[in-house]
Amino acid sequence: MLEITTKSAEESKRLGFHLGKLLKKGDVVGLMGDLGAGKTVFTQGVAEGLKVKDYVTSPTFTLINQYEGGLPFYHFDVYRLDDPEELLDLGYEEYFYGEGVTIIEWAEKIEDYLPYCCLIVYFHRLQEKISDTDTRRIVFKPRSKRFVQAVEELKKNVGSGD
Amino acid sequence: MKKEHIIILGVETSCDDTAVSLVAEGREILSSLVSSQMDLHERFGGVVPEVASRRHLEIINALIEEAMEEADLNFSDLSAIGVTYGPGLVGALLIGVSTAKALAYTCHLPLIAVNHIEGHMYANFLAHGDLPFPLVSLIVSGGHTNLVYMEDHGKMEIMGRTRDDAAGEVFDKIARSLELGYPGGPVIDNLSKKGNPLAIPFPRAYLEEGSYDFSFSGLKSAVLNHLNRQKLKGEKVNIPDLAASFQEAVVEVLVEKTLAAARDKGVRTISLSGGVAANQALRLSLEQKAREKGYRLFFPPLSLCTDNAAMVACVGYYQYLREDFASLDLNAVPGLQLISSL
Repeated sequence: MLEITTKSAEESKRLGFHLGKLLKKGDVVGLMGDLGAGKTVFTQGVAEGLKVKDYVTSPTFTLINQYEGGLPFYHFDVYRLDDPEELLDLGYEEYFYGEGVTIIEWAEKIEDYLPYCCLIVYFHRLQEKISDTDTRRIVFKPRSKRFVQAVEELKKNVGSGD
Repeated sequence: MKKEHIIILGVETSCDDTAVSLVAEGREILSSLVSSQMDLHERFGGVVPEVASRRHLEIINALIEEAMEEADLNFSDLSAIGVTYGPGLVGALLIGVSTAKALAYTCHLPLIAVNHIEGHMYANFLAHGDLPFPLVSLIVSGGHTNLVYMEDHGKMEIMGRTRDDAAGEVFDKIARSLELGYPGGPVIDNLSKKGNPLAIPFPRAYLEEGSYDFSFSGLKSAVLNHLNRQKLKGEKVNIPDLAASFQEAVVEVLVEKTLAAARDKGVRTISLSGGVAANQALRLSLEQKAREKGYRLFFPPLSLCTDNAAMVACVGYYQYLREDFASLDLNAVPGLQLISSL
């Protein structure tokens, strides 16, 4: 597990960038946490790390946005799914078990459909004081050896300020 | 309807709604059906699945039949089939595209591939006939926010788009966090009438100097921060004030960027469309500012702001005139963008 506090949207994006650089074909990353906690911003960083050139916009309405980077990049947002079973209708297996990297916003809504081997990232808005507006606690919970390693690597890269 | 008229069958399945329409000469709506506006239980009996693709598949044929009947037409009366091939949800788009291809093949009709966002732009041509070119077009909906310069049919330049959330999406998310229900746009619009738009100074994201792009995720966070701060302070939130101030922040940026685009391109015509074009504060503000500066502003009636197939048939009409046809191997393109063609 790795826990990082970011002080701005820019920092969250930077963290995403570091993760993006470590991701490989077939990786699935589930993002969980509050509305406005920085999931999309983080995802934009991940996309940058994966060398996606396009703007990464919120897929809330289209549910899935697809990009071409170093690898195909699938950006899910299941916020407006009322029933997790609706995921079946999206042909999600093609993405989760496909040739690219998948990131899922609001992954808690489809917990049962997440692959056993995945990385979960939790986002918490920290606002204990009135002045804290952009502080976030971001927690990485690897669910496989592959991701334990990736998170170790991430820790090193973030720590070195690279 | 006589055969010498150009009649386009429009099919639209890019998101939640299945829509079918028949339009003559790009103007006259002979029929326009949208699944969400119909009582499906009554028509089809039993439970209709909630999710896009399966539902599209179950009702599209019946919808086409009904549209043809309503317009009192046979397939031999048609000139072409126009279909939305993106952007949207891949499974949903595929139903429309496959259906349109099958029809085009069996009826020996040309197939026309329509961009959904262009469809929204053309809701204005459908409603008002040919708009005076050149023009600047603002398209705002739940899934899209685009600022487009249009020199002529088929000749456009994409000036700006959102870098994160679409305008309509932010309305829905804020409404949901205030527990105001869905869809969020109309609720916030109504509440705002009772609130003070200057009560809370939410940030306006103008981005770098000269940019026509939009960004609404910062505003979303600012509203949520405000709510949380009030909670920490133990103070009650004035919901109408919050709604009005939030809406004002969205509207101001949309209006200012549109006017800047119109000024910089030297156009005299502005068009507004998409689901958020139904927002009264946006209409009023843009109307007032456009009038002050001497622009002609066009927006479609409410029924043509939200997703429909008549707008798709209208784009199809203009593509038909310049013989911009698709081949039968047309595929759905979920991430389709508007492409500059100048």
